[in-house]
Amino acid sequence: MKKEREITLPITSEVADQLTIGDYVYLTGEMYVARDAAHKRLMELIEQHKELPIRLQNATIYYMGPSPAKPGNVIGSAGPTTASRMDQYTPTLLELGMKAMIGKGKRTKEVLEAIRENHAVYFAAIGGAGALLSRCIKKSEIVCYEDLGAEAILRIYVEKFPVIVVADSKGGNLYETAASEYVR
Amino acid sequence: MRSKKGCFDSPFCRFWVFTKREKVMEIRYVDVADITKNIKEMCMEANFVLSEDMKKALENAKNTEHSPIGKKVLGDLEENLAIADKERIPICQDTGMAVVFIEIGQRVHFQGGNLEDAIHAGVRQGYQEGYLRKSVVSDPIERKNTGDNTPVVIHYSIVDGDGVKITVAPKGFGSENMSKIHMLKPAQGLEGVKEAIIKTVKEAGPNACPPMVVGVGIGGTFEKSALMAKQALTREVGEHSPIPWAKDLEVEMLSEINRLGIGPAGLGGSTTALAVHINTYATHIAGLPVAVNICCHVNRHITRSL
Repeated sequence: MKKEREITLPITSEVADQLTIGDYVYLTGEMYVARDAAHKRLMELIEQHKELPIRLQNATIYYMGPSPAKPGNVIGSAGPTTASRMDQYTPTLLELGMKAMIGKGKRTKEVLEAIRENHAVYFAAIGGAGALLSRCIKKSEIVCYEDLGAEAILRIYVEKFPVIVVADSKGGNLYETAASEYVR
Repeated sequence: MRSKKGCFDSPFCRFWVFTKREKVMEIRYVDVADITKNIKEMCMEANFVLSEDMKKALENAKNTEHSPIGKKVLGDLEENLAIADKERIPICQDTGMAVVFIEIGQRVHFQGGNLEDAIHAGVRQGYQEGYLRKSVVSDPIERKNTGDNTPVVIHYSIVDGDGVKITVAPKGFGSENMSKIHMLKPAQGLEGVKEAIIKTVKEAGPNACPPMVVGVGIGGTFEKSALMAKQALTREVGEHSPIPWAKDLEVEMLSEINRLGIGPAGLGGSTTALAVHINTYATHIAGLPVAVNICCHVNRHITRSL
């Protein structure tokens, strides 16, 4: 574990550039939640040059599809989903201003390159820790695509949401380097 | 005793044979409503509470893990389990596609409705009442969510006796997507099997939410190997194959996998897998199928006998 730090969203290019793989970061602020089906719809709008339902400038997107909230709860279990399924859409979204992504798992070379070029960052949250992570989510509302059920786009407000920098704007990739340290 | 022939000739003895046969074939009636009720409860239980064997394996891993971040991740996972259990919320938001194994004694007769409908109904009710995520789409290309997490993947088997044994294993797709079948040549032998297992785990890496459980099916046909691999995931963690070479392979593979360095959450460390379970079956002279079904650390499986 390297540096531990707290960041208030939104993340700008300047903030992203200060982050290095291995940094343990606690995020506070607003982010969007979107996964496969929502990305597909966003891309269709982009291809048709139509207006998007979300603001991508300096946006953070959390790749996640929560379980339904029990009565009285803000959200259900809410851990990250595998990011590689969003890879084909990611370079376009980064070019349009998205600055940070939260997910889990490896990304393609193209995505890592786009992160570097656009001064962005890819964080990992702990996969399978959805009950624990849900406690950091203080507000949640549907922005659009309610018909997609668990795949609707949400706007959430998080407090001290724990993530680790796994791909940074210097081209670093923690998944590559971390494993090599413990190979025996 | 009279001769068999004599017995069959007499009307009295014929009755006796008939009743004796009835006794041997005594039928047990099981109401399908019981199947629905149990599956409903099992879906919720499996998603809120991890089985003791898995909890213990994670706890042991926390004590032996070398990397500081790996230790922290394992600590967070422990806390995650405690929250899910206490608040009755899912351990992971991916509450899976429900896989149901049902062993039916051949003296069982189901009544009160259709068995398959009853299984789907149990999953539908469990996912509704338990606020579990509905992750199933009705068609793999058109992809419209069915809204109730059905249909279920059901594996039936007929066994001796009059029991009904149900295992519910909700399967998350982060790890399911990283699973593979390798159709090896017989000449590749044990070395080929080892390579196939390691290669699959290495490629899965952080995507499969390690520490993982690795289910392996060796032999059979294409689909038989996959089914054995899935079934291997429902075995109690720490229990070994009764076949000596398979047991040795389980031990060797676990140690090899934990030398890959992937670690908890793929962030580096000495705990990449908690167990390797191998099931085997006879196969064809021309083939050596090896299926590797990977499960994340939320390896949910719950069994009840009715």
